[in-house]
Amino acid sequence: MSTTTVPRRAVADRSRNWRHRAPLLPALVFTILLTQLPFLATIWYSLRSWNLLRPGSQEFTGLANYAAILTDAQFLAAATNTVLITASCVLVSMMLGIGLAVLLDRRFVGRGVVRTLLITPFLILPVATALLWKTTMLDPVFGLVGFVLSPLGLGEVDWASSYPVLSVVAALVWQWTPFMMLLILAGLQSQGRDVIEAGQVDGASAWQMFAMITLPHLRRYIELGVLLGAIYVINTFDTIYMMTQGGPGTASANLPFTIYQRAFLGFDVGQSAAMGVVVVIGTIIVALLALRLIFRAFLSSEEQNA
Amino acid sequence: MTATHDRPAERVPRPPRAAERPARRPLRPRGLSGTALTVLTWAVALVFVSPALWMVLTAFKREADAYTDPPRLLFTPTLERFATVFDAGILPHVGNSLIATLCSAALVVLLGVPAAYALSIAPVDRTRDVLFFFISTKMLPVVAVIVPLYVAAGRLNVLDNIWTLVLLYTAMNLPIAVWMLRSFFLEVPTAVIEAARVEGASLPRVLRSVMLPMMAPGIAATVLICMIFSWNEFFFAVNLTASQAATVPVFMVGFITSESLYWAQLSAAATVVSLPIVVVGWLAQRQLVRGLSMGAVK
Repeated sequence: MSTTTVPRRAVADRSRNWRHRAPLLPALVFTILLTQLPFLATIWYSLRSWNLLRPGSQEFTGLANYAAILTDAQFLAAATNTVLITASCVLVSMMLGIGLAVLLDRRFVGRGVVRTLLITPFLILPVATALLWKTTMLDPVFGLVGFVLSPLGLGEVDWASSYPVLSVVAALVWQWTPFMMLLILAGLQSQGRDVIEAGQVDGASAWQMFAMITLPHLRRYIELGVLLGAIYVINTFDTIYMMTQGGPGTASANLPFTIYQRAFLGFDVGQSAAMGVVVVIGTIIVALLALRLIFRAFLSSEEQNA
Repeated sequence: MTATHDRPAERVPRPPRAAERPARRPLRPRGLSGTALTVLTWAVALVFVSPALWMVLTAFKREADAYTDPPRLLFTPTLERFATVFDAGILPHVGNSLIATLCSAALVVLLGVPAAYALSIAPVDRTRDVLFFFISTKMLPVVAVIVPLYVAAGRLNVLDNIWTLVLLYTAMNLPIAVWMLRSFFLEVPTAVIEAARVEGASLPRVLRSVMLPMMAPGIAATVLICMIFSWNEFFFAVNLTASQAATVPVFMVGFITSESLYWAQLSAAATVVSLPIVVVGWLAQRQLVRGLSMGAVK
């Protein structure tokens, strides 16, 4: 190998690399412009005292906003609610989703119709879902839930004001269960028939087969559902805005709703920006752990397939 | 074999993939327990979806029939509530939602397909890092960027402008779309592309006449998911639009506030605003499954 060919090859490599990268750039630049740049601005705002009700109040205050929100009971309660709502919604809708998917994973009369019915809640406008749950479902006098539960003595419970978080979670679970169900159903249908037959030959019970064979096979799909579901549910705003307005008081406010309130009703740009930054840091810490797992699962299965 | 087999693309042997194992047939129920399971499945499904069925039913009621204890199943249906929804001027907002949904989906395809191509078929270095970056932007809660976006939109004079939403919905859906498209593109056999390249076809030509037909189902699935999220989006819409550019979720909220909370009225409005996406989702169930499972399943 002569000394002159090495740089030439490096140049050729570099230009080929750029040709390869070119198709990626528009999407990358667009994403950076519309997500990263505003986020940098948020960090900038969070270091300043800026209340729209006090014009000319903009000044650099360092970490004062962070100090204020981290001792703010309302913020801490909203953080707790966010974790509570996200975790319970993802968990319950995943369990319901698995149950429904198992029921659907067999041939029976009207299977297509049942599947069509079951995916509908995921497609209905979430704003409408929230309003309908608040009124026609959970109303203490005329609501359907009260009617069904009245034999249990729960007929006249005012769910939305007595159990606001539970009510919000109920509407969210209804909305997200079909999403989980479809994912798990896809997973079930990718399972090899031979494995099931082998299990049957070995005389395993239905439950044993589910726990020992099907669940491990579904792991990747469950992880994907939990991750995607959590990403979307953490950001829930419309359901809370329509059902409880974060109330009574701030009992059911989550972080997105609290940040919205602070910015657009309290006009405190600095504090709401600081809350936004804290949410991002929290989300990234939790998600990084989850994402690493999923990444490993995904890329390793791709390598197996290749 | 079949008539389609004389297309040149079909002759290239496809590399075996794990996903091409013979499809498993759903277990056939046997006898009584099978029937019982079917009845159980139907019952569970009907109970689960009853809030939606109740919504449609209530939409055809008079208000007096909507507020009864016990709830009324039999009543004289009326279309009056629907007439009120259309009289309230819903159509311009449906137009706004259509623009926001369709244009942002088109932009997502325009930006996402080349990006996914560069991350799958002709992978660049550091593919993992780029993918990681894209999905991590999804971790960025929209509430964390709404204030600067609001300030910027105000300065640029694009508040209450539907094209602002088009751009934001594109940014909102692009990360997930790139992931989905990439998974779909990994399924495209590279041998076909190489064969076409060897025969002297230019890259754009290969893309258009060889790859695009194979990618079409994956693109369709991605577009469908993006459409659902854009049509249903509320946070950006309520904060960045007013009367002009309001999409259907914002109209819905304004309508309920101005009409007060009458249940039959509410149900009719909810049915109308949900119908387009519900129908699209029903018709494209297969794509929905593929899209959600990131192309992991055919």
